Amino acid sequence: MHIDIDKDVCIGAGQCALTAPDVFTQDDDGYSALLPGGESSGSPLLREAARACPVSAITVSETVG
Amino acid sequence: MTDTTAPVAFPQSRTCPYHPPAAYDALRTERPLTRITLFDGRGAWLVSGHATARALLADPRLSSNRDRPGFPVPNRRFAGIRNRRTALLGVDDPEHRAQRRMVVGDFTLKRAVELRPRIQQIVDERLDAMIAEGPVADLVSAFALPVPSMVICALLGVPYADHDFFEAQSRRLLRGPEAADVLDARDRLETYFGELIDRKQRAPGTGLLDDLVHRQLREGDLDREGLIAMALILLVAGHETTANMISLGTFTLLQHPEKLAELRADPDLLPAAVEELMRLLSIADGMLRLAVEDIEVAGTTIRQGDGVVFATSVINRDETVYPEPDTLDWSRPARHHVAFGFGIHQCLGQNLARAELEIALHSLFARLPTLRLAAPAEEIPFKPGDTIQGMLELPVTW
Repeated sequence: MHIDIDKDVCIGAGQCALTAPDVFTQDDDGYSALLPGGESSGSPLLREAARACPVSAITVSETVG
Repeated sequence: MTDTTAPVAFPQSRTCPYHPPAAYDALRTERPLTRITLFDGRGAWLVSGHATARALLADPRLSSNRDRPGFPVPNRRFAGIRNRRTALLGVDDPEHRAQRRMVVGDFTLKRAVELRPRIQQIVDERLDAMIAEGPVADLVSAFALPVPSMVICALLGVPYADHDFFEAQSRRLLRGPEAADVLDARDRLETYFGELIDRKQRAPGTGLLDDLVHRQLREGDLDREGLIAMALILLVAGHETTANMISLGTFTLLQHPEKLAELRADPDLLPAAVEELMRLLSIADGMLRLAVEDIEVAGTTIRQGDGVVFATSVINRDETVYPEPDTLDWSRPARHHVAFGFGIHQCLGQNLARAELEIALHSLFARLPTLRLAAPAEEIPFKPGDTIQGMLELPVTW
């Protein structure tokens, strides 16, 4: 699973970290960040978290490249 | 849209404080988009469908800048103040992004978790004081308003001792009654924050405003007028909205004793219950935008210059997303409601608001298991339809 966070789009609402706390966190500036191992956590809430993002800053894809 | 029915007038006042007015039923039958008439007789688009609302709230072709000619006006009061500088929710990107960047670090989920012990302490103190004086008590003035007011004061570094002043001016700012009241309240709040900023420049404290004074003002990212506008919106939005959710949430729970019993039996339901209450109550019912380009949506064209209004109470009751939308259901996934908005302007304080609501509602009903209304429900006054929804008073006993 590949997760891309567009930090130029992120507004720091924290919806991703609220929805999938095993995958996402917020950095000190408030913007979305991946937790270590987040991509391989297999969290069933991952897609929900992407959908919860109010600015569509998160893209989830099955494979890399 | 049919030609046989006149557009619904928007906004209208609720007859039950937690349900949209019956006249909005017509808006629910014509999803995702219909026509409304605003108070000044002007027509506008009313967004009523959930998916369309999410798409349009995230669409940069809809502006939040109230300065723009043709920006929709929901009431006479708003007309008098629309050209005054409104930080964050009244500006578009890239200016909005620069403003939000200055404060977003103080409203993260982590920060809300860190603030929980302080919120709990404030809630406990307010409950102690209310219990010592009561019963009967007015839950709005004894609890629902002071709790978020004290929390946002602590966060911003605003002296709570000034709360009578800024709560009264916030009330006039949001409810008038006349445009002159709104302008005068705005002037008084601007003067207040100007003096507070001067004091903070001489003697720095530890709040978010102190940080803005010393970091942004000095580095030139924000001018004095901009800082005043930012302080004003953070304080007003930071206490009025949450106060309304606490008062209206309490009223709604007391009117649904079986749902309240479920919450009491299983406090783990609380986060889901807060989301569901946010969805059902939709207290910010009528978010405003102006189309700055033509937008093709749902087989219709929103033309450049058209006003667009988002009725959250209608959107959050879209039955294709929320089956039996008029009922409270703690087990439904209510998460994707738009009560906090959506897109770049989604509520900055939402994580703080969730923490406050969870702690306030849990502690209130835990401390006072016999809490009940002290007046007939239908006689308790609540706010008119053209402002943030909530209770004007909430007489309770225990």
